[in-house]
Amino acid sequence: MSPQFVQYLLTGLTVGAIYALVALGFSIIFNASHVINFAQGEFVMIGGMATVSLVAVGLPYLLAIPLAIATAALVGLALEKFAVEPARDASVVTLIIITIGASMFLRGLAMLVWDKNLHALKPITGDKPIAIAGATILPQSVWVLGVTLAIVVALSWFFGRTLLGKAMLATSHNRLAAQLVGINVRMVLFLSFGLSAALGAIAGILIAPITTTSYDVGVMLGLKGFAAAILGGLGSGIGAVIGGLVLGIVETMSAGYLSSAYKDAIAFVIILVVLFFLPSGLFGKRGGERV
Amino acid sequence: MKSTLAKNSFKRGFAAAAAAFALISGPALAQEPIKIGAFLSVTGPASFLGDPEQKTLELYVDKINAAGGVLGRKLKLVSYDSAGDAEKARTFAKRLIDQDKVDVIVGGSTTGETMAVIPLVEAAQIPFISLAGAVVITEPVKKWVFKTPQSDRMACEKIFVDMQSRKLSKIALISGNGAFDKSMRAQCMDVAKNYGIQIVADETYGAGDTDMTAQLTKIKNTAGVQAVLNAGFGAGPAIVTKNYRQVGITLPFYQSHGVASKEYIKLSGGAAEGVRLPAGALLVADGLPANDPQRAVLVAYKHEYESHYKSDVATFGGHAWDGLMLAVDAIKKAGGTDKAKVRDAIEATHGFVGIDGVFNMSPTDHMGLNLSAFRMLEIKGGDWTLVK
Amino acid sequence: MLAHLASPRTGGLLALAAVIALLPLVLRNSYFYDVAVLVGLNAIVCIGLNLLIGYAGQISLGHAGFFGLGAYGSAILASRYGWPPLAALLATTFAVALLAFIVGRPILRLRGHYLAMATLGLGVIIFMVISTEDKFTGGPDGISVVPFRIGGFVLQGERIWYWVVGALLLVAVWLALNLIESPTGRALRALHSSEVGAEVVGINAAEHKLMVFVISAVFASVAGSLGAHYSGFVTPAKVAFLHSIELVTMVVFGGLASTFGAVVGAAVLTTLPQLLATFEDYEMMVFGAVMIGTMIFLPRGVVPSLARLFRSHRSADADNKANKA
Repeated sequence: MSPQFVQYLLTGLTVGAIYALVALGFSIIFNASHVINFAQGEFVMIGGMATVSLVAVGLPYLLAIPLAIATAALVGLALEKFAVEPARDASVVTLIIITIGASMFLRGLAMLVWDKNLHALKPITGDKPIAIAGATILPQSVWVLGVTLAIVVALSWFFGRTLLGKAMLATSHNRLAAQLVGINVRMVLFLSFGLSAALGAIAGILIAPITTTSYDVGVMLGLKGFAAAILGGLGSGIGAVIGGLVLGIVETMSAGYLSSAYKDAIAFVIILVVLFFLPSGLFGKRGGERV
Repeated sequence: MKSTLAKNSFKRGFAAAAAAFALISGPALAQEPIKIGAFLSVTGPASFLGDPEQKTLELYVDKINAAGGVLGRKLKLVSYDSAGDAEKARTFAKRLIDQDKVDVIVGGSTTGETMAVIPLVEAAQIPFISLAGAVVITEPVKKWVFKTPQSDRMACEKIFVDMQSRKLSKIALISGNGAFDKSMRAQCMDVAKNYGIQIVADETYGAGDTDMTAQLTKIKNTAGVQAVLNAGFGAGPAIVTKNYRQVGITLPFYQSHGVASKEYIKLSGGAAEGVRLPAGALLVADGLPANDPQRAVLVAYKHEYESHYKSDVATFGGHAWDGLMLAVDAIKKAGGTDKAKVRDAIEATHGFVGIDGVFNMSPTDHMGLNLSAFRMLEIKGGDWTLVK
Repeated sequence: MLAHLASPRTGGLLALAAVIALLPLVLRNSYFYDVAVLVGLNAIVCIGLNLLIGYAGQISLGHAGFFGLGAYGSAILASRYGWPPLAALLATTFAVALLAFIVGRPILRLRGHYLAMATLGLGVIIFMVISTEDKFTGGPDGISVVPFRIGGFVLQGERIWYWVVGALLLVAVWLALNLIESPTGRALRALHSSEVGAEVVGINAAEHKLMVFVISAVFASVAGSLGAHYSGFVTPAKVAFLHSIELVTMVVFGGLASTFGAVVGAAVLTTLPQLLATFEDYEMMVFGAVMIGTMIFLPRGVVPSLARLFRSHRSADADNKANKA
C-alpha cells in the first residue's frame, strides 16, 4: 500500500464515520416511524454550536459536551412532540415537508440565538498529527473513529439486550403487533427522536474541531448522511455504518485518484448504480409490497 | 447583543412600513430623503460578505444623518437580503427601482448577484455601485455600473509578483467550487504566464467538505511544486490550512483576499502562521506609516466599526463604506439626485481616498484602483504583518 | 352546457383565466409584474411535478435539475451559439425529455425514499456538471441569456412576459386537467392507491409512470428555458437541491393531486419571501414555521383542505334546507 493510498483511506474513514453517525440517526427514526427526518443535519449543527457557546462562557469540555448533547436531544424530543406527532397520520410526503420545514426553522433559530459566523473548537487532545505508514492522521480523527466504534457497540447492545431497545426494534418490524403486546408505540417514537438527535449532536461535536462549525453546517452533512443511510439500506443499523464508511472512502478515493471537482458526483453515481441493482440498498429489507 | 440586533431589524421593518405609509398618505415633504437602495447577501453562504456590508451601511447612514445629512437632505437606506441568490437579487433590484424608487443602488455582495442585476440598472439608467470582485463587472465598461472592491485578477497579480520576488515559478492551485473561488482560479490561470508562473496542479473541493487531505496529498506528491495557492473563503481555506500542516507540506503557502478577516486566523488555529495573502490595507491600519494617504480613513473606520459592533472589522465592510461614500460624494458634486449627473460625478471621481484604496475613476475604468490597493500580508504571531 | 361550465374543471379554468385577466388592476408597477411572472413560471413547473407526485405517487427531489437543464440548454444554445431562441427551446426540451425517458426507466423502479434518493442524486449530478463545466455554463457565477425573440419580435419587459406566461399557465393547466381525465389519468390514480393491484387488473405501471415522469420533466424544462430568457441571467442556484425542495414544498403546500393547488402553492410560496423581505433575520424561521403549520393543520394542502371544508359546509346547508322542506 502506498502512503498516498493509506492517507486517502484514513481520511475516508474519518469522513465516513461522521456520515455513519448521521445515517444512524436517520435509520433509528425511520425504524420507529417510517419518517425520513430531514432535520437530522440540524442536530449535528446544534451539537457543535451549543458546545462552542458553552465553552465560550467558560465551561470545561467535560460539562459542555454532555450539556450540548442534552440540548440537541431536547430539541429532538420537542420536534417529535410539536411537529411530527400532530401529523402522524399524514402521508410520507407531508411528513418530509414537515421535517424540511423544521430544519429551516431550526437553522433560522440558530442564526438568531448564535450568529452567522464560523466557529472553531479546540481538539479534545491536541492537534499534532500522528504518522501511520507514511500517512498522517489528526488525534481528533482518532477520537472520531473511536467514538463511532463505541457508539456502534453501545447501540447493538441497546437494541439487542435492553427491554427498551427490543421494544423499539419490535416496533420497527411490526407496529401493530408491537402495540398488541403492550409496547407504548408513541413513547418509542418520541424516544427515537431524542436518541437520534443525541447521535447527531455527538457527530457535530466530534467534527467541529476538524472542520469548524456554523449555523448552516447541517445542510450538507444531513444530505450526505441521508445518502449513506439509503446506500446502506434504510432502517438497517449495520447498513448505515457501512453506507457511511463506503461513501466517505469513495469520496476521498475519487478526489485522490480521479477528479476532486467531481468527487461528490462520482459518489452519487455509485449510489444510483447500487440502487439499480439493489433497490433497497446494501442491507435494506427486501420483500413484496402489500396490496 | 443578539437581541439588540433582532430589535433593530424589527425596528427597521416598522420604520420602513411607517415611512411607506407616510409617503402614501401625507403631502410630499419639503425635503424628501435621498434614497440609497441596497441588496446584500446578509444571510446564506455569502453572509460573511453581506453581513459586515449591511452593518457598515446602517452605521454610516445613521452617522451622516446625525451630522445633518447630504445637501440638507436626510439619507434613507432601503436594504434587502438577496441571500447570495441571483434571482432574488434581480427581483429586489427591480423592487428598489420600481417600487421604492431609490436614487442610487449600492450592493450585490457576489458577482452572480451583480451580473444578474446589470441589465436592469442599465435599462433603468440608475447609478449602481457593486460590492463584488470579479473583473467581468466593469470589463467591458457598462455605463451605469461601478465597483469598489479590488478585482480577483489584481489579487492573482499581487500574489504572482510576490512569488516572482521569491523565485517561485511552479505552483499548485487548490480552490473551492463556489463562485468566488472559481472566478479567482480562472483569473489566476489567465494571468499566470505574464509572470512566468506555471500551474502544475489544480485541485478542487466542495462547499461543506470536511476534509481536504486527499487533494493536498495529491499536491504533495506532484513533482516540482514550489508554492501552493488557495482561492476561497469561509470554512474551506481554514480546513485547507489545517490539513496543509497535517500532511506536512512545508512549501510557501498563499491565501486569497477572501480570508481577509480575523476569523480565518482564529479558525485555523496556529496553522495559519507564515501564510501570505493580498488584502486591503484595512487589516494593518494601525501599523501603517503616518504618511500613508489611507491611514486616517482606515483607522477611523476600523475604530468606528469595532466600537459600535464589538466585533473585528473585515475588509468586506470596507467595500460598502467605499460604495456609500462614493455615492454621497457624487451626489454632493452633482448638487442633487439627478441620476445622469450622479453617474457622471461618480465617473469623474479622482483621488478619492477610500478603504479599498485611492479611487481614480474614468470613462474607461469603473473600478478606479490599481495594484497599490492591495498590500501583501503575512500572518505572524496570530496577527497580520505587512510584507516589506 | 351550463352543467359543463359549472364542472370543477371548466369552472376552475375560467376562474384562473379571470384572475390572470384582472390581476393587472392591482399590479402597480413592473416589480409586481415581475413577481407575477415568477409565480407563473413556478406554477408551470409545479403543475407538472404535481402530476408526478400527486397523481402518480412518485416523489422527485431532483426536479430543479430538469428546470436547470432547460434554463442552461436555452442559455448556451441561444447566447453562446446564436441559435434562434425558439429552436434552442425546442431542442433543449427534446433533449430533456429524452434524458428523462432514459434515466426514468431504471429510477422509477425504486420505491418511496429510495426513489427520493435517486432523484435527489440525479439533481445533484446535474448541478455538479453545470457548476463545474464553466467553459460552457459560466460556472457558479452564471451566464447571461439573450432576450427571447421570434422572427423580428423581441419579448422584453415584464408586462409582455406577464401575458405570455399567463397564457402558457392556462395551457399547462388545461393539459394537466385533460391528462388527469384521460384513461392514463385513471390508470395513474389506480397506481397511486396500489401499484400491485393496478398491475393485476392489467395496467402497465412502468409505462404510465415513465410517461408522467417525462411530462413533468418537460414542464420543468420549458419553464426553465423561458425563465432564463425572462431573467436574462441564470446561475446554478436554480439547479440546486434547495430549489428542488422549494418546488416540492409548493406542490405539497398547495395540495397533492390538485392542479389548482399547485398554482396556489406556487403563488403563496413565491410571494411569501417578498413579504418577509424586511425581516431578513427571521425569514428562514418564519418560512419553516409556515411550512410546518400548514402541513399539520391542512395536511392535504391548502386547496383540497379548504375545498373539503367548503363542501362540507355546503352539504350541511343543503341538509338544513332539505330538513326544512
